[in-house]
Amino acid sequence: MLLIRCPYCEEERPELEFRNAGEAHIARSANIAGESDDDFEKFFFIRSNPKGIIYERWRHMHGCARFFNAVRDTVTDKFVMTYKAGEPKPAKLPGVAK
Amino acid sequence: MAKAAAKKTTSATSPSVDRRPALAGRAVSATGVKVEVLPPAERISLRAPEASVAALSKALGLTLPKKPKTSASKAGRTALWLGPDEWLVIDEGGNDPLADCATVTALHSAVGISHRNIAISVAGPAAEATVNSGCPQDLSLDAFPVGAASRTILGKAEIVLLRTANDAFHVECWRSFSDYVFTFLSEGARDAAG
Repeated sequence: MLLIRCPYCEEERPELEFRNAGEAHIARSANIAGESDDDFEKFFFIRSNPKGIIYERWRHMHGCARFFNAVRDTVTDKFVMTYKAGEPKPAKLPGVAK
Repeated sequence: MAKAAAKKTTSATSPSVDRRPALAGRAVSATGVKVEVLPPAERISLRAPEASVAALSKALGLTLPKKPKTSASKAGRTALWLGPDEWLVIDEGGNDPLADCATVTALHSAVGISHRNIAISVAGPAAEATVNSGCPQDLSLDAFPVGAASRTILGKAEIVLLRTANDAFHVECWRSFSDYVFTFLSEGARDAAG
């Protein structure tokens, strides 16, 4: 079983307590009704789906119930790090060469 | 909510409106562990921002814990940290924490959930193994000491777990899950004993 660190509970918890909640850092337009169809499609449907590092939202559903962001490697399924919702993308990832 | 329920009971003549707790009085004993449904208690779900915590602590008569996975207990009343701004307050002494919160003017949300939850006690040397039969958390005394509390899962059901002693746990679950949780713990108790 994977252990995922919850930034609110400040410890690693078993993956069964968590739910994935899609890609992170997708900002909703302040004027969503004024969006063109193409822009709305990009916001609503199009996801990056990379091979490698991905930034995702996760929810500690059966714990503190808070949403947070996680950096995960889609190839190895390893969590690089997690950080609280609302915080910017980490500039430097620990243990990732680039 | 509690007040309304009390009024209903006194004015009604039919016994059908009496409170009927789920699984009342059920208990299972196995070698080294006893799983037992606890009597009804008063409970509230409390949400409040940082600025209101001091006022609420004063009204409730105990200090709301601010550290993850901790609880505070005083005079039959226990407050369990569930999230950064969320607590479960259980009163087993017969006092209503909802009424205490009603006097607080600071911003908060207190919802009576006395009838939503039931409590199960798991006690005995094999209690840890019994709860671990369906709960994936590390329940060793180092990671989950006495007084530690957490919302987690047991099998397929969500529970709130509180360690009340080295060899005793208090398991809270939703009423509709109570049959599943109690049966799961009973099976776990037999496995842990064997």
